Amino acid sequence: MLDKKNNHLKIALLGNPNSGKSSLFNSLTGLKQKTGNYAGVTVDRLEGETTFFINNESHPIKVIDLPGAYSLFPKSSDEEIACKTLLDKKEEIDVVVIVLDATSLKRNLLLATQIIDLKIKTVLVLNMIDEANSQGIIIDILGLQNTLGIDVVCLNSRKQEGFDNLKKAILNARISSSVFYNISTFNTEFISYKEFISSHIYSKKTESDIENSDKLYRFNIINYLIAKFVKTPAQLSLKAITSKIDAVTTHRVYGYLILIFILFLVFQFIFFISETPMNWIESVFLGLGDIISTQLPKGALNDLVVHGIIAGISGVVMFVPQIAFLFLFIGLLEDTGYMARASFIMDRVMRPFGLNGKSVIPLISGTACAVPSIMATRSISNIKERLITIFILPLISCSARLPVYTLLIAVMYPKSTFLGFFNSQGLVLLFLYLLGFVATLLTAFVLKRIVKTSESSFFIMELPVYRWPQGKNIGILVYSKVIIFIKEAGKIILAISIILWFLSSHGINKEYQELEIKQQKLSSSYPTLAIKKEIKQIETQKLEQSFIGHLGHFIEPVIRPLGFDWKIGISLITSFAAREVFVGTMATIYQSEDSEKSEGIKQKLLNEKDETGKPKYNSAVCWSLLLFYAFAMQCMSTMAVVKRETKSWKWVFAQLLFMSVLAYVSAFGAYQILS
Amino acid sequence: MKTLSLAKLKKGQKAVIKSFTNKTLSSKLIEMGCLPGETFVITKIAPLGSPIAIFIAGYELSLRKDEADSVLIELIL
Repeated sequence: MLDKKNNHLKIALLGNPNSGKSSLFNSLTGLKQKTGNYAGVTVDRLEGETTFFINNESHPIKVIDLPGAYSLFPKSSDEEIACKTLLDKKEEIDVVVIVLDATSLKRNLLLATQIIDLKIKTVLVLNMIDEANSQGIIIDILGLQNTLGIDVVCLNSRKQEGFDNLKKAILNARISSSVFYNISTFNTEFISYKEFISSHIYSKKTESDIENSDKLYRFNIINYLIAKFVKTPAQLSLKAITSKIDAVTTHRVYGYLILIFILFLVFQFIFFISETPMNWIESVFLGLGDIISTQLPKGALNDLVVHGIIAGISGVVMFVPQIAFLFLFIGLLEDTGYMARASFIMDRVMRPFGLNGKSVIPLISGTACAVPSIMATRSISNIKERLITIFILPLISCSARLPVYTLLIAVMYPKSTFLGFFNSQGLVLLFLYLLGFVATLLTAFVLKRIVKTSESSFFIMELPVYRWPQGKNIGILVYSKVIIFIKEAGKIILAISIILWFLSSHGINKEYQELEIKQQKLSSSYPTLAIKKEIKQIETQKLEQSFIGHLGHFIEPVIRPLGFDWKIGISLITSFAAREVFVGTMATIYQSEDSEKSEGIKQKLLNEKDETGKPKYNSAVCWSLLLFYAFAMQCMSTMAVVKRETKSWKWVFAQLLFMSVLAYVSAFGAYQILS
Repeated sequence: MKTLSLAKLKKGQKAVIKSFTNKTLSSKLIEMGCLPGETFVITKIAPLGSPIAIFIAGYELSLRKDEADSVLIELIL
């Protein structure tokens, strides 16, 4: 008989970090999960669906994966959200599934006894039971179950064992009649533990003495439970294999060499290997654009679809290879347990800058692209360290700056002069990269003192034992990150790119309309060399007469002190989409024959003269532009992803303002000194 | 027996937790299983001297040196 009711049973998974809770969530829901938002915080909300088939009956289940927590007295924003969600009546959680790591039962039982005292229907899962058994830890399940007053299920979520028992237990979950910590005997203010915890979470007035007496009282009972129901070998010690691997990974020499090697691999994949699939994506969308432009009648709609929408979507999808590769690495490093070691050996290095040991990976991948790197900061659990990492990431010289740097350096030093072994072009490039890093660290250093959060920076965390990575966990991580990016950051990127496309390809004045008519006439005639050249000229004139062309003129007074004219102004606006667009726009403006290669545009810039007949792109203008591009935001995708990761526009605009001021002041200084 | 701070220990040394000197840190440490009376071993000290790692209550815990400084312990010989 099938259950016809559309009444979902809602279950919440709760447990210590590293208890295998996420593995269980992935096993239960597979790809039927989505990432949402908790109101007002940066923590992601993970929800999914599944159906239990028990005795020929199907039971639709909603699963919410709460952030990891050690106790109901929150010490981090993750823990706070876990507790608040659990207590929120509107959530209508029917059953709480507490996931425990059976190898360190004592610490895990603290949260379990607190949940039991909340008087919610509860099931207790002993995860990684086989690992515990192999260490000689034998647990009397029935004894534990009777004392706790709820079902206790053994599970090996990595090997998919115990799931049927878990499903039955969830459907038959009950409220325990056991009480561990009777709050009314300690504090007459409260009649229930739920009320006590709510008041603690929402008013935050509980003193650590009261909090500690709760925990110590519970641990007394837990010690008794363990003595009674758990057989533990006399000499417990760290797993030999973990100990052996750690001797290398946390070694003062090999540890750093391994980390450098891993960072190098990440860099290789994001910087070079991603390029191939990115080229595929580009050609697929170009091909698609060609097909559609011939299928649709010529006109405004055709232009909008091909150059606005398809080009915009292509710009979004272009990031997928980098995001996928980066999260493949992060998934592997997290799932094996290595990430905690990287954090362990880097903490002392990163801490003076207010950064976390885990900031290293985003910072290195940031030299390729800030977009996936900002998404990767999610593994930094401390909110302040995470915000600082996000804030400074776009200052690192990313690969999109490279075409801009290359062009301008080539204009400054057309013939590479050698000073001994060094070539001046290379030295300038190196200087710009170092400048990016120095600015990044200095900003972090300053932010550490400015940013205030209620959360204190602990490094009190578990070093999980090494485990084999699970393909399913990593696959789901990569998939969900790609989906999040496309859905949430993608729509902002698409919107801005359509606006930029519209502004650069439309104009309202008479000149623009005349150029349009002239261009249409020319493109229908036989494309001789002369006509091709004329079409190019018209394109340039159109850009000058477009909305963006006018905007370029409009901002000229503001950028004149930096040595920029309205032509550069136009390029600054178009390259707000992405820095490398600067080169293409300059090529259009200066009618370079070969817009793909920077060689043609380089010659044009070299030949350009100012009003007095001197070269216009002298070292003052070039340095000013270089510094401007080193520091200015000039990347809508970064802004979109910062919005998505911080869940607020506040950080986006703070970052935009800071980087704009820094860019303007540096460019101003460089131009005024050098000219 | 003399009590000293956890931060003073060397790798491989075994000790018992006695008390804490910082209330905020103590409530975090207690929920991580660092209870007065609990025995532990120093398993690692990071190359730059901080953080350190201890094996306690069946798992490995890492903490910074200044955090470890707030834990008073008694050496087991």
